[in-house]
Amino acid sequence: MWKTLKRWFHQLGSPRTFYRFSGALIPWLFVAMVITLAWGLYQSLLVAPTDYQQGESYRILYVHVPSAWMGLFIYVLMAVSGLIALVWRMKVAEMVAIACAPIGAAYTFVTLVTGSLWGKPMWGTWWEWDARLTSELFLLFLYLGVMGLYAAIEDRRKAARAAALLALVGVVNLPIIHYSVVWWNTLHQGATVKLFSGESHMHPSMLKALLIMTAATKFHFGVALLQSVRARILQQESKASWVQELVDD
Amino acid sequence: MNLLHILWSLIQRDLRLAWRSRGELLNPVFFLILVIALFPLGVGPEGKLLARIASGTVWVAALLATMLSLDLIFRSDVEDGSMEQMFVSQTPLSWIVLGKVITHWLVTGLPLVLLAPLLAILMHLPQPGLWALIQSLALGTPVLSLIGSVGVALTVGIRKGGMLLSLLVLPLYVPVLIFGTAAVENAIAGMSPAGPLLILAAMLLFALTLAPLTAAWALKVSLS
Amino acid sequence: MTDFWQMGGYALYVWPSYALFLAVVVYWLVAPWLEVKRTLRKMKQRKRRQHARANTGEQHESQA
Repeated sequence: MWKTLKRWFHQLGSPRTFYRFSGALIPWLFVAMVITLAWGLYQSLLVAPTDYQQGESYRILYVHVPSAWMGLFIYVLMAVSGLIALVWRMKVAEMVAIACAPIGAAYTFVTLVTGSLWGKPMWGTWWEWDARLTSELFLLFLYLGVMGLYAAIEDRRKAARAAALLALVGVVNLPIIHYSVVWWNTLHQGATVKLFSGESHMHPSMLKALLIMTAATKFHFGVALLQSVRARILQQESKASWVQELVDD
Repeated sequence: MNLLHILWSLIQRDLRLAWRSRGELLNPVFFLILVIALFPLGVGPEGKLLARIASGTVWVAALLATMLSLDLIFRSDVEDGSMEQMFVSQTPLSWIVLGKVITHWLVTGLPLVLLAPLLAILMHLPQPGLWALIQSLALGTPVLSLIGSVGVALTVGIRKGGMLLSLLVLPLYVPVLIFGTAAVENAIAGMSPAGPLLILAAMLLFALTLAPLTAAWALKVSLS
Repeated sequence: MTDFWQMGGYALYVWPSYALFLAVVVYWLVAPWLEVKRTLRKMKQRKRRQHARANTGEQHESQA
């Protein structure tokens, strides 16, 4: 078991195998994404009942919360593949880590904007220094730092390793930043309404819609990530014979 | 020679080097005073308002002053080639990094702590907050130097890395800012500042153990 | 149906949120896909040019 797992891991580490494997996987992920997204949008816009406190505006939750979760999930994944890239010097892991950054930043950006759009009717202002939004803002800056560092170094592999290390530093600091922001927020707490206070008292059909949307974003990320990595593989391995053969057909 | 001995001689050497360009060393201090002086001009000289924002502005100014001086940690060593010698020397690189960070704090962070009473007067900081401000700066500024060393190590190979460095480092400074100002605010409100100060101390220990190792790793990555 | 589009008076906030979300979703499906296509096309062009150059080079040699 362990041996086959290890061999599989090593094979995926070769750009060629990764390119072929991901090429075969993408259509399936894409179909899964289309189905879950359509179903999730239907559930969240039409089936889920109106919230008794916030009215229809709470429906923003179904895009806001999955995006927020993706922002965090992608950052952790970026750091994990960054660690693999640094420890085993694996080219594909470097590319995965770097490909994660802009997608995660995009999801974090969606979280911020939808949070603001949700906050306007609830708080009466476009921006409130609420703990969740504030730490999302700093998450976005962490992403931008990784992307900026990668862009600033000319040697692609060195850039990827430096960015991977920064992602690791970021992932260690992320909980510290998050909890200090939460603590800071309770310290200065005014009378703000919490936009989203946990699923505990959610209607089951609300929870269902949220989970389907979350699954859709996961599949979407899978397609986007694998395809971005494929593009990077082609660009960085353009001299390899297997890429040349690919062009011949 | 044991490692502490080496550390001490490293610090002595770097302090001597720093003393040679002592004019440059005062720049962060002037910067700090200048930034603080800008606030009353921006928000108006009303004492009550200044007292309200004093802890925050002093801490933000300290963050910015430290960040602008971070280049002093490694850049000259990289430019004159002595960093390469440190790579091949017997001493662990992380230990050398630690020596450089301590020197950096002694020449930029410590003056900041000593300057705190003056800044407190300029910003009308209420009397009970002063001691907490000094304590929080004494515990917090070394954390800033330590975190900063990782950022500088990552950007050391980039020619115009200054702006990028601030993007990398400032988000990581957020917890220090929060607990630093909280200590002062607690003291002003008549509560004990011990809680936030202890958290700052914990951060200092955490950064002290991990940051030199990470910065050494980052130097190897960016100078390989 | 109009009820649905009005979103209980919150249309101005709900629809832009969904629009932005879907725009980002679509962008991250299309952009990497185009990038792969573009890279492959570029490589094909380069290869064709190389072949062409190699062929004319041979002709020159035979003429000489």
